[in-house]
Amino acid sequence: MAKFRVLHYLNQYFGQIGGEAEADARLQIRPGPVGPGTLLQAALGASAEVVATLVGGDNYVASDAERARAEVVELVRPWRPDVLVAGPAFASGRYGLACGTLCEALGKALGIPAVTAMHPENPGVELGRRHAYIVAAGTTARGMEEALGRMAGLAGKLLRGEPVTPAADAYIPRGILINEVVEAPAARRGVEMLLAKLGGDPYESEIPRPRWDRVPPPAPIKDPALATIALVSEGGIVLRGNPDRLESWGASKYLKYPTGASADLTPDAYECIHGGFDVSYACADPDRIVPLDAARSLERDGQIGRLFPFWFCTMGNNTTLDNARKFGAGIARELREGGADGVILTAT
Amino acid sequence: MAKELERAGLPTVLVTCLTNVAEMVGANRILAGVAIPHPVGDPGLAASVEQQQRRRLLLRALEALTVPVEAPRLFAVGS
Repeated sequence: MAKFRVLHYLNQYFGQIGGEAEADARLQIRPGPVGPGTLLQAALGASAEVVATLVGGDNYVASDAERARAEVVELVRPWRPDVLVAGPAFASGRYGLACGTLCEALGKALGIPAVTAMHPENPGVELGRRHAYIVAAGTTARGMEEALGRMAGLAGKLLRGEPVTPAADAYIPRGILINEVVEAPAARRGVEMLLAKLGGDPYESEIPRPRWDRVPPPAPIKDPALATIALVSEGGIVLRGNPDRLESWGASKYLKYPTGASADLTPDAYECIHGGFDVSYACADPDRIVPLDAARSLERDGQIGRLFPFWFCTMGNNTTLDNARKFGAGIARELREGGADGVILTAT
Repeated sequence: MAKELERAGLPTVLVTCLTNVAEMVGANRILAGVAIPHPVGDPGLAASVEQQQRRRLLLRALEALTVPVEAPRLFAVGS
């Protein structure tokens, strides 16, 4: 039986091109395993062969994913790989992002499974986990042999069409829900879980509880009278008639409106389209959600140095966490570029 | 959203009625709002009184922005 063909991706360092100085190295491909690829080959055994190694500089892929996606498919296609193994990237963010990008691009274009490995907090995890199987690895290359071993094992199973699970195969859950039929109805499972919990016995939640990261609080503002303060809200205040089409359920965007010379948000010019509560109070006076009138009056009286010239609004009813994070990051960028010092964020 | 603003280095005070959710999720500066449909307003008050209440809330929010915090903290609205 023919051996499975494995393509291995490594960054410029592990691919033996050079160190940080070579981080802009173009994507290039060479036959056979390179560097840690020899360990990967050993872990794969006789049934698979590392036919080629793709090497790219950490900056090259991470800084221009579009370009990398366009180039990599044609570079790799002649080698006819059955599976892509990328990294391990450990805690290296650019390397992890590159692995995620290439796994997605090659996985989709060539229809092959992709396996990579990195630390669970590597930014490449969020990017890549739906497209690749990401083995959980440590932070440094001390874990190289273990990571490669796990990647090889997982790749082998995927190639043979065997079922894999995060628990058994040590990969980071991909966020894909798969329905399973079980004997006991939910009511019985729920009561059994409750009895176990009350009795201090171990139990396993069927839905993992979200874990919230902690953000170190930014340093306080020294004096608001000298500061530029911005108003942001998720309360769904929009121009009357909602010309920007902000959704009432599951916002897909945030809006940016100039404060202009306004001292007030009036009901003839603005309305509230939030789908999560009775909007009549906010429609009667939009300042009840976006306090522009009070902010202007404090600015006039010198208690706020300057009101940021734009206010930002989205709509929080059934808006995904992912989108909320994107909106927050997008608004943050604009506020920082515009010189804001602090934010009053009103939520409903 | 508050956390992303903070992650970018912008001190942010989140005015919300769901203060327990805000603490759980990890917003660092939290101020209790008036009510869900009108976090910084109160239609039950006469207009001029409501304006004063809104100013006071904002002043409290500005104050919260000047206080160093180590972890999620709920600021009382005060009188």
